Amino acid sequence: MKRSGEKVIEYGLAFSGLVTILTTIGIIWVLISESWGFFREVSLADFLFDTEWTPLFTQKRYGILPLLSGTFLTTIIAIFTAVPVGIIIAVYLSEYAHKNFRQTVKPILEILAAVPTVVYGFFALTVVTPFLQSFIPGVGSFNALSAGIVMGIMIIPVISSLSEDALYSVPKSLREASYGMGATKFQTSFKVVVPAASSGILVSIILGIARAIGETMVVAIAAGQQPTLTLDPREAVETITAYIVQVSLGDVEHGSMEYKTIFAAGITLFFFTFLLNNVSFWIKKKYQEKYE
Amino acid sequence: MKPIEAKNINVYYGDNHVLKDIDITIKENTVTAFIGPSGCGKSTFLRTLNRMNDYIDSFRKKGKIYIDGKDIYDKKVRVEELRRKVGMVFQKPNPFPKSIFENVAYGLKIHGIKSKYEINDTVEKSLKQAALWNEVKDKLDKPALSLSGGQQQRLCIARTLAVKPSIILMDEPASALDPISTAKIEELIFELKEKYTIVIVTHNMQQASRISDRTAFFYLGELVEYGKTSELFTNPRNKQTENYITGRFG
Amino acid sequence: MSNIQRNRNIDTAFKYVGIGCTFFGIVMLLIFIGNILVDGLTRIDWDFLTNLPSRRASKAGILTAWTGTAWILGLTAIIAIPMGVAAGIYLQEYGKKNRLAHIIELNIANLAGVPSIIYGLLGLEIFVRVMRLGGSLLAGALTLALLILPIIIVATREAIKAVPNSLREASYGMGATKWQTIWYQVLPAASGGILTGIILALSRAVGETAPLIVIGALAYVPFVADSPMDEFTVLPIQIFNWVSRPQQEFLVNGAAAIIILLIITFAMNGIAVYLRNRWQKKVSW
Repeated sequence: MKRSGEKVIEYGLAFSGLVTILTTIGIIWVLISESWGFFREVSLADFLFDTEWTPLFTQKRYGILPLLSGTFLTTIIAIFTAVPVGIIIAVYLSEYAHKNFRQTVKPILEILAAVPTVVYGFFALTVVTPFLQSFIPGVGSFNALSAGIVMGIMIIPVISSLSEDALYSVPKSLREASYGMGATKFQTSFKVVVPAASSGILVSIILGIARAIGETMVVAIAAGQQPTLTLDPREAVETITAYIVQVSLGDVEHGSMEYKTIFAAGITLFFFTFLLNNVSFWIKKKYQEKYE
Repeated sequence: MKPIEAKNINVYYGDNHVLKDIDITIKENTVTAFIGPSGCGKSTFLRTLNRMNDYIDSFRKKGKIYIDGKDIYDKKVRVEELRRKVGMVFQKPNPFPKSIFENVAYGLKIHGIKSKYEINDTVEKSLKQAALWNEVKDKLDKPALSLSGGQQQRLCIARTLAVKPSIILMDEPASALDPISTAKIEELIFELKEKYTIVIVTHNMQQASRISDRTAFFYLGELVEYGKTSELFTNPRNKQTENYITGRFG
Repeated sequence: MSNIQRNRNIDTAFKYVGIGCTFFGIVMLLIFIGNILVDGLTRIDWDFLTNLPSRRASKAGILTAWTGTAWILGLTAIIAIPMGVAAGIYLQEYGKKNRLAHIIELNIANLAGVPSIIYGLLGLEIFVRVMRLGGSLLAGALTLALLILPIIIVATREAIKAVPNSLREASYGMGATKWQTIWYQVLPAASGGILTGIILALSRAVGETAPLIVIGALAYVPFVADSPMDEFTVLPIQIFNWVSRPQQEFLVNGAAAIIILLIITFAMNGIAVYLRNRWQKKVSW
């Protein structure tokens, strides 16, 4: 009696774990089945190489390139903001800062990650954009630059905390060897510790990129909703995520072409984030083997 | 000239009084061994000689240490310059995860030497001095971590030699190595003393008696006895020294 | 030797750059919060909290938005907590070496990297359409529950892992079954850590906007929901709606609503940090 009860509990618990697998299967199935309908009407070549994305107009074109360029433009700006700042913070906290300082600052940095993204969108639109307009000519009221910078601020904690973990796990003996030869902290940090932690830092950057690609509200609010194929950061762009939001705000009928486009956009997004996540797993695994 | 002279050194870690009134003078071109049981302060003292304790928050020191007549804890002293002159080899081999060549060249680069010729030349000389050249000359761009433990330690010695120190501190340099590698390191130390002043911390009393000219016995933070190795081992003046070297405690 | 002086100067310079960068994000956050307070604080009054949405900015309130957020918070908690904790227990206590557990573990790591808007697409197809829940609170809560499940599972595992084995052995030694041991010994000992993880996960759910927009939560809901099957809006969507309008008065409303949203998320994070610190002190076995 007791024993069978135990088994029931174990299966019940295992089922909860299975829900996560069902979630993954569900995501993949939903994305594939709905975009299947999309690709029956639009050829893959048009999707990948057409330079216009106008599914909501009467003259419909289904080239994903403008959404991709919008996504990559904002992501690159975000990464250029977050990576230098994030890595410098990581080096400073791990190599220079006093223990007490580190313990006080880390939770404060975590607050940056706790602020809802819609709030960052407001920040980009009402503070950063007017600021940029004040000294860069030609910045529109919706633009990729402002959204990208704010996304960068948002992912600073991702990069700084993962990089700091990587730096921190570099053996103390390597630092001592370097100090022992008369190297300064700066030399030791950037010539010994950072190279030794490079794979961990790379993982943090990749995860930061994945976050930026999937980020939605900041770009939906501040980058505009115009799918233009441009690399000019002062212009309004539309990312994959912002497009999904834009369509969702209207009334979308199931089975309509608009409905299918958001899944086609979704599977493209999923492809990139999935790829980046797995590259980071692969690096992590390789790196662990190296140290063991 | 007295390369190292310590006067009345007291060291504290927080409330722990770990070194008490150490007075010692170390002569040029000799090998001096620091022996004593674990926790007796010998490593701590070694590390005060090139200020490697500076990064420990709770570290406090009283007294003076002079190297070549200069107070090394004086505010005007640049610690980087001091450590270039007073090199250090650590307990476990700690090569950087870079190539063999880069390991030895590292010290030259951080001290601003840019000439390729000079770097190549010094790397070769240092590896020869550390008796490693013949084993690695064909694979200088291979990772240092691919070497055996004993080779890694000789690489670390070569790395230290490359910046041309006059004093080399060694913190149990052979304790993580097998007997054959240990013998090679000891042989190397014997050769190096012609040019360098060497201070070595060791747990191994046979090693101390084999390689050192003078020996200092530390116990509970005090320098109990210091003298010629041959005399200290055959005819210790102090009872505690005798107990230690005859293996009654340790 | 001037070389050494140069190296030292670089070293000192970097120290200031490091401090500057560390405070860069924090200063940005302060500027931003200050800005929002200036914009929105005067707009907050009793009417703002108790008014229904309106096309006139000055009469519009956030009653439906914050009640919607409260509903979503409650429903998501009811769905996600038991499932997440159960899965965490399974992975840590039962599935140490079996294949299923290994696959689940890999899968969770992968799910953590899926953008939240993709969960919206999943919810739209499965909950809204196939299960015919429509753009209801329940569909929204189910979607967010799946989104935060990995966070709760990982936090549960970490907390259980910190419970020393001696406690389990003591319980087994008295003849307790595995489940009795988990229920009476392990879970109470790990409760602080689990609770911290749950609160952090829920605070994430409170701030989510995109997946709820995708499943069809509305910006304009003129009534307070009274059943899980009702249509709804939440604070972040209300903010998004106001911020998207060109009129200055609506931006002010947006700032005011952001203050309320930030109070909620900061309070939840504060509680979580407090619990974590208290629990960590207690846990020094």
